[in-house]
Amino acid sequence: MQRTSIKITSEKLDLQECYHFVEDDSCGGISAFVGTVRNDTQGKEVKQLDFSTYKPMAIKEMQKIADLALEKFEIKKIAIHHAEGMLQIGAIPVIITVSSKHRKAAFLACEFAIDTLKETVPIWKKEYFSDGEVWVNAHP
Amino acid sequence: MKIKTLFFGITSDLVSASELQIEVDENSSVENFKSVLKDEFSALKNINSYAIAVNEEYAENETLLKVGDVVAVIPPVSGG
Repeated sequence: MQRTSIKITSEKLDLQECYHFVEDDSCGGISAFVGTVRNDTQGKEVKQLDFSTYKPMAIKEMQKIADLALEKFEIKKIAIHHAEGMLQIGAIPVIITVSSKHRKAAFLACEFAIDTLKETVPIWKKEYFSDGEVWVNAHP
Repeated sequence: MKIKTLFFGITSDLVSASELQIEVDENSSVENFKSVLKDEFSALKNINSYAIAVNEEYAENETLLKVGDVVAVIPPVSGG
């Protein structure tokens, strides 16, 4: 039984697919984190975001996160899907779904997965404003 | 030896390339590689920090490079 689903795609992410992957009769709940493109950064209007990836390494790092989540938490299955390319306001760059017997583990694993993804997975976003563009986090 | 080097995010803008061959001495470490980068591309001084990956895995400064390795320059990530 496959317990992890990892994907980077330039297609629209599919919440139903991530939900369906983690469904399991032994589970009492599914938690989901859905990232969405916000229309402002520090009061400045964002027009769109462009996500670029080091795809083979990003897939490996996402797989590590999923495997670690299975190890650390009492969960059954986890899906981590990320988009690449240009996304408009309201579009979905990332979906994480987790199923578990009891809800607490699913909540914790979901938070762990998105927090770790933001620290380790080689994906970069560029914000487009009406007067230019900026790589996010480039000068921390 | 020449090392195939990939640049991502802001670093590809700073060096105006997404892939370059970088010449380093045999048995260079990642730390040696970084100092060669710094000398060749002064624009990289404009960012505070970046990580290095060797063959798609994050590498420590002590990691030794060998012929055929693919190095990637990884500026601070911002996925999600």
